[in-house]
Formats: sequence, C-alpha cells, structure tokens
Amino acid sequence: MSASLLQIRNLRASYGKIEALKGVDLDIKAGEIVALIGANGAGKSTLMMSIFGRPRASSGHIVYDGSDITQVPTHQIARLRIAQSPEGRRIFPRMSVAENLQMGADAGATTEAQRAETLDRVFALFPRLKERFEQRGGTLSGGEQQMLAIGRALMSRPRLLLLDEPSLGLAPLIARQIFDAIRTLNRQDGLTVLIVEQNANHALKLAHRGYVLVNGLITLSGSGAELLQRPEIRAAYLEGGRH
Amino acid sequence: MSASLPASSPPASNGSEPVGAGFILKKAVLSALVALGLFSLMVGVRTEAGQSGQLEYWTRFGELASLVGAVFVGSIVVELLRLWLGPRGGLGSFVPASVQSGLSVAGRYLAPALLIFTLLVPVIFYNQRYILDLGILVLTYVMLGWGLNVVVGLAGLLDLGYVAFYAVGAYSYGLLSTTFGLSFWICLPLAGILAAFWGVLLGFPVLRLRGDYLAIVTLAFGEIIRLVLINWQDVTGGPNGISGIPRPSLFGIPLTPGPDGLAAMLGIPFSPTHRIVFLFYLILALALLTNWVTIRLRRLPIGRAWEALREDEVACRALGINITTTKLTAFATGAMFGGFAGAFFATRQGFISPESFTFQESALVLAIVVLGGMGSQLGVALAALAMIGGFELFRSLEVYRMLVFGLAMVLVMIWRPRGIVGHRSPTVFLEKSKSISSDLVKEGHG
Repeated sequence: MSASLLQIRNLRASYGKIEALKGVDLDIKAGEIVALIGANGAGKSTLMMSIFGRPRASSGHIVYDGSDITQVPTHQIARLRIAQSPEGRRIFPRMSVAENLQMGADAGATTEAQRAETLDRVFALFPRLKERFEQRGGTLSGGEQQMLAIGRALMSRPRLLLLDEPSLGLAPLIARQIFDAIRTLNRQDGLTVLIVEQNANHALKLAHRGYVLVNGLITLSGSGAELLQRPEIRAAYLEGGRH
Repeated sequence: MSASLPASSPPASNGSEPVGAGFILKKAVLSALVALGLFSLMVGVRTEAGQSGQLEYWTRFGELASLVGAVFVGSIVVELLRLWLGPRGGLGSFVPASVQSGLSVAGRYLAPALLIFTLLVPVIFYNQRYILDLGILVLTYVMLGWGLNVVVGLAGLLDLGYVAFYAVGAYSYGLLSTTFGLSFWICLPLAGILAAFWGVLLGFPVLRLRGDYLAIVTLAFGEIIRLVLINWQDVTGGPNGISGIPRPSLFGIPLTPGPDGLAAMLGIPFSPTHRIVFLFYLILALALLTNWVTIRLRRLPIGRAWEALREDEVACRALGINITTTKLTAFATGAMFGGFAGAFFATRQGFISPESFTFQESALVLAIVVLGGMGSQLGVALAALAMIGGFELFRSLEVYRMLVFGLAMVLVMIWRPRGIVGHRSPTVFLEKSKSISSDLVKEGHG
C-alpha cells in the first residue's frame, strides 16, 4: 500500500519564543520504517512529541489515516493506535514489568484475548521481559528497560510506532538486538515505524527512507541507502566523530 | 550462620575508611560544640516575665553542661556502634536470615490477625470505656491515613491540607443535621460528595503543580478552609463551632434510653456503652470500606494510572492517560474518604469547632502515611496504631512524649526510609500472568 499513514505539512511548533520546527513536511507510508536523523537540538524529539500534541503545532497540519489530528488532545491521540516509546525510556520504575505492560494495554482499550495475544508477541520479541515479569521496572538494566518501553508501546496494538532514540546509552550488542526487533516487527507484523536516532548509520540501514532535520527544517530526504551514500551525511553524521 | 557477615565487615571497614580514635573524637567534639551553640540560649539561660512585667533571667549552666556532655558521649557511642556493625550497619545486617523469613511469614498473617483482633476489641474491652474511645480514635486516623494514601501514596500528589476535607465533611454533617434535621445516614454520602467536590475545586488550580509547589498550595488551602470556618460566623458559628450535633442511629433506631431506643426494642437494659460500641463498629466499617475501595481501584486502570502518574507524568501522557481527570479523581477520591471521616467525627463528638481542624492534623495524617510506607495499606494502619495509640500510652511521660515520638520518627526514617511497610505489592494479574506463562510453556513443549 502506498497511501500515507501519516502526513505532516508545513508543521511549526515552538517552546515559548524559540521556534523549534520551522515548517516541516514529512510522509510516512503504511508499512514503512522512516528514520529521522539530525544533530542535537535539531528538533527531532520536538517533531515526534508534536505529533502527540506536546508542544501543540502553532501552524500546519498533521493528518493520520485520513483525519486531521493537529488539534486532538494528547490522551486521545494515543487511542488512535499511535504509540510512542519516549526518549530516555521513561518506564515506571516502582511498578512491576507486568504493570508497565498493562499500562500500555490500558491505552489501547484492548480486549482480554487481544491483550494476551499481544503479550505473547512482546515476550517472543523480548524474552527477557518474560523472565523479569514480576520484577520492578527500576531494577532492570538499561537494555531491558528499553525493551520494556517498546513492549509497553506495543501493548496498545499500534499501527504507527514512534521510537525516540531507542539505542541511547545502550551497549552496541543490545542496540543491535533492539534494531533487530524493530525490523522483525516491521516485516512480520507490518508495523509502521518512525524512528528518531543519533546513531545515523544504524537507523539509515534499518529504514526504508530517511529525513535529515537541521535547525527545525528538513534539508534532505531519500531512501536509507541513498542517504548513507551522500557525502554531506557521511561528513556530518557518520564520520563526524573522527574530525 | 549469618554471624560471619558482620564479623567480617569491621576489619574491611577499618581498611577502607580511616575511622580512627582521632576521627571519632573530632566528630564528638564538633557535635558537642554544635550542641553548646544550640542549647546555650535554649537551656543555658532561662527567661521569665517578672512581677511587674520586667525581664527576669537566670543561668542554668549545670543543665547545659550535662546536655553537651550527653551529646559528646552519645556521638562517641554512635560512632563505635557504627564501627562495630560495619559500614552498612542497618537493621538487616544483625537480624539473621531465619528470623527475617519468619517475620515475612508472620507478616502475611498480620493483617487478618489485626482485623480479627479489632473486631473483637469491643467484646474484650466492653467495660473499658477508655480503650474503646482510644480504638475509635485510632480507627479514625487509620481511615484518614487510608484516604490520604490515595492522594499521596498512590497518585504521588503531596497534600498538606488534607484536614480541609475532614473539616468539610464534619461541617457538612453538622450543618445539615442541625439546620435541616437530616439523619446521619443521609448526610454521610452528602458529606462525602461535598468533600469530593472541594477536592476537585482544589485540584483544578494545582493541576500543573508538582512537589513542593503543590504542597504549599494545599497547605494554604487547608488554612483557607479553617479561616473561613472561623470567620463566617452566620453559617458556621465561628470559633464557637456547632454544638448539639445529633448522634447516629442504627438505621433510624436511636441508641437512647427511651422506649423507642434500641435497648428497649431488644429488651436489654440500656447502657451508654452501646453507643460507643456502635460508633466503634461504624468507624471500623467506614475504614474497611476505604480500604476495600482503594484495593479495588488499584487493580483497575484508574488506580494503575494514579500510580503511573506518581512515577512519570510524561510517560503517562504518551500512553494516552488523561492527566487532568486522573489527578482530579485522585483528589476527589481522597477527599471523599476525608469527608466520610469528618462526618463520623462530628457525630461522635456532637460538637465541632475550627480548633479541631488545624494544620497539626494534616501533618499527623501525613506522618502516618509516610511512616507507614506510602501506598501500603497495612503500613498505614500500623503507623496509625503506633502514632495515636503510642501517643496515648505515653501520656504519663508528659512533655517527653513529643521528644520520644520525634526520635522514633527519625529512627524509622533512617532504618526504613520507605516506611514501616516499604514493600509495594504488585497488583497486576498474578493468576492471569501464571496462566499466560503456562500457555507459553505448552507452546514450547509442543
């Protein structure tokens, strides 16, 4: 299917007087993995959060599955089968893994059978969560917490999953496991994914298409492989550390 | 045995940390100096107004010296104890594992045992009015603690003005019964609803506040309610309060000596104790209702949302939780139980005045919740028993009981910073989780 699941048109958003997004256009087709890369402070997380209405777009439109959600309250957006795994994981540390996952299921308003089915799927992707099922979220390792954050988002049975920096602060091996799981979800379950990453190399290899955000504007877009070859991308995001 | 653990730790601590006699002595001298500074004016000089209003003062250097000496010796003793117990000399290190597991088994039966004992209190202590009254008082605070626990323990909203809802409940019943002649059983839900309404009213302006800021606003809210009660003389009676509040009836049957009374109907001789016993079971029922509702709510999405809200507000938003309604329902639910307790207080006392609803009450209830372990129902009940009951037990100690309680609170917070029962029992589907995992196991075998 080539119909856009999410269309963002000329989106502007600001924190007080500082404009973080200065007219962003972005399309995500159903079944795609789209990567959003950019430097610190480029507005990547802002773009992701403003899909959820925080900060609210000051102008422009966000159209999801044919309907305009630009002004829809945050808590209702989460019930439209858009799920988010926020930056820094933000699991509930004093609640058990089971309760964290249940919080995600509550958002999806799923039936008991659907919940059990989704839980099995999450366990299949992240067997570690099953081992830790009754443990408190705060006692998990960083990688396990990231798995929990993604699992929690999946529990609402989303069509579109927004992932903010899933590899942040993780060992390379664990980060690869997370990326593998995202690929599996996309291929086997047809889940559409928007992934924000500092690790441009990983993200672009994973994604079908990518966007580069610089100072609140999209400066480049194209297929993941294409972007990986662009010299300016290589210089700015892939080999930047070596200069 | 576990004796090997503490025995091995002192040499280790000696090696890693330079804790020598010099260090201990230096610390003790410093503590003594601080004590000297603190107490020189508080204890060392005694002032009083003389016959014609002039200042009279005299020195008490003997007392001052003994206090400073006590601090000096105490500091050395504490350091030596710390050395002896090892670097992490907490409670856990010198309680053997076998005793600890025994304690956890006892803990499982503690709640039912306490409940049965509470049910039997009026039977056992039928002729001891003092104990019954004390039991009613303790249960009132248990209920208040459980009510505040919803707001502070579950939703994590620090509320320093909880007494306001207690007052709203008490005055609702007081005013409705004395002016309109409504019975206790009609007023009880009304008091709860009115208190919940005020809870929502407080909730709206503080929706965006957290932590310290929230605490200040709720503190002010509690004071505002009290000041309104004092100053709105036409309605509330001002500082004189409301007197002649009707006693509760057993579904319309009054507990009085007359021919319509319960005693006459049952054909037993009247005794004023009947009313006390009735009040005891009434507050017990109300407290258990609070407990039951809280336990039920914790297993529902709304209760989980409260706890999630305490943990991380941003994550809650991302999960589609409506922060506004979640916070307001927490305030309203907590306030409603406060209102019930207030109505009970009014009917028990028969007289209410703003003096009963000072900040001290809020602080006491909050202390019960924090000491008991935020979010723990059993812990709150134990803390209420210890605080209120213990306070009464040590009545003979006069001024020292405040000191003892302050010390006890400090010790509990050092040893058990999460409260007496710091353990938070998980709520999500234990049975269901087992059924799911067994499904997975079956798949694995097949």
